[in-house]
Amino acid sequence: MAKTICKRLGLLVVTLLLVTFLAFLAFSILPGDPTHSILGLNATQEQIDTLRAQLGLDLPLWQRYFNWLAGLFTGNLGTSYNYDMPVGQLLAGRVGVTATLAGLAFVLIVVISIPLGILCARYEGGVVDRVLTVLNQITMSIPNFLLGFLLTFLFSLVLRWFVVGSFSAATAQGIGDWLGYLFFPALAIALPKAAMTVKMLRSSILGEMKEDYVRTAYSKGNSKGAVLWRYALRNAMIPVITFLAMTIADIVAGSIVVEQVFAVQGIGQMLVTSIGNRDYPVVQAIVAFIALIVVVCNFAADALYRVMDPRLRQR
Amino acid sequence: MLLNVEHLKITFHDRDSRFDAVEDFSLSMEEGEVVGIVGESGSGKSMTAHALMGLIPRSQADISGKALFQGSDLLAMSRAQLRQVQGKDLSIIFQEPMTSLNPTMKIGRQVEDALRVHTRLAAGERKARALEAMALAGLPEPEELYSCYPHELSGGMRQRVMIAAALVLRPRLLIADEPTTALDVTIQAQILDTLKDINGREGTAILFISHDLGVVRALCSRVVVMRRGLIVEEGPADQVFYHPREEYTRQLIAARPTRKKLRGGGGHG
Repeated sequence: MAKTICKRLGLLVVTLLLVTFLAFLAFSILPGDPTHSILGLNATQEQIDTLRAQLGLDLPLWQRYFNWLAGLFTGNLGTSYNYDMPVGQLLAGRVGVTATLAGLAFVLIVVISIPLGILCARYEGGVVDRVLTVLNQITMSIPNFLLGFLLTFLFSLVLRWFVVGSFSAATAQGIGDWLGYLFFPALAIALPKAAMTVKMLRSSILGEMKEDYVRTAYSKGNSKGAVLWRYALRNAMIPVITFLAMTIADIVAGSIVVEQVFAVQGIGQMLVTSIGNRDYPVVQAIVAFIALIVVVCNFAADALYRVMDPRLRQR
Repeated sequence: MLLNVEHLKITFHDRDSRFDAVEDFSLSMEEGEVVGIVGESGSGKSMTAHALMGLIPRSQADISGKALFQGSDLLAMSRAQLRQVQGKDLSIIFQEPMTSLNPTMKIGRQVEDALRVHTRLAAGERKARALEAMALAGLPEPEELYSCYPHELSGGMRQRVMIAAALVLRPRLLIADEPTTALDVTIQAQILDTLKDINGREGTAILFISHDLGVVRALCSRVVVMRRGLIVEEGPADQVFYHPREEYTRQLIAARPTRKKLRGGGGHG
């Protein structure tokens, strides 16, 4: 067990190093130079060279990467070219917003999909099941930015439940303001994923209900509901947990787009702006942060997997 | 009389095809009696067992005839009435001990399951009864096994767990659907001994289903031979084994591996 954990942790670190290095590599290949966006197009070659030396851009790629890594361990993420502010400070206010958005989206996925998946499986072929199957197909095929527009249109413009762009982490009053505004973008991220999870859980439960051990449960006088809840559900949840862990990466990716639609000032919005400005230290920090979240969530899912399935514990 | 089956008929229906798994099956059993049903695969013996146990979904098959168990007709009961009997007075063990147990549930909980469904006993009491049943099924150190998971046990042990779970409420009839087929010969003999022992001690009647007439003879006093959904021959086990009336029964006996044949090295595997 301890050995497995060490192995997984090692893998976690290697993954993070690889992802951050690839991000460095990508930006050195990409056309465009940060000095252009700082100095403007009329700068002399001399000015550009001086600034490049100042920013450390004249160093070879691997050296810049190690400098960045060294900074990471001392808590120094560099200075934003664009805002002339330490990256850590720049992102501090925004990480919380995106984390709340992503967390809320994840909670919505779980809260929506698990009961509906169970309901569909319990009353397979019934009215609820058939209606939800159609709704699922539709929801799954809508991209989340379009869903964002639709939700904005309905709840902001027609029903006037919230005002687009009114949210700012600095002025939000208490948790109510946060959740109230972030609920809709979270919903836009969550619905397509929830639809997929419903479908997956439904078929996973129905698959388990055909297993031999379910026949054993029936032979003891259990009702169908009891068999589903007490026997099939736990086994059916195992693949769903893996799926949910994988959706966390999608949620974070989805939030980048949806933050634009709802004008939420999170790291997603910052990422898009910073890529445009070639503001590498900011991009680098955000990429590292997203990679960290994804890798940690997968690690957690793996641990949960072991709790759920005793057959995996000894390995 | 404990069980009286008359003209049981099971017809599976698809959208456009119908198939008689069992055409006409009748059998009566006394309390404490051990009866065997023998036949090749597809003869309808397992279907008969599952139909009596109420395990064939009514949406998949038409089941007609009568099956009086302790005076009430199993085939005419509502699902709710049937659940009152399942696992309490009537129990079953299956052919596949590897897959018949829930992989993510501890052994103890699975043995206790019928108690949970049919009684309002406290957890401690349930455990005591479960441990008792596990000992009866010949499981060594039940206390330790109680908190194990199925994958930690061998096939023979798992079948004993199934037996313990089936016996926890001391049913009047145990249906054993090829319980030893998936096990190797030594384990098979031990499980048969255990079943015989349970029958002697608890007076549990056993309906033993097998494709192997020799195994049935070792355990049962009476044998029913089935083929293609019909009863071919019926009688005391020794008589059927040593003086079969029907050609089919003779073939079944001939198909058994005997010591002589095995020594000849003609085995297949």
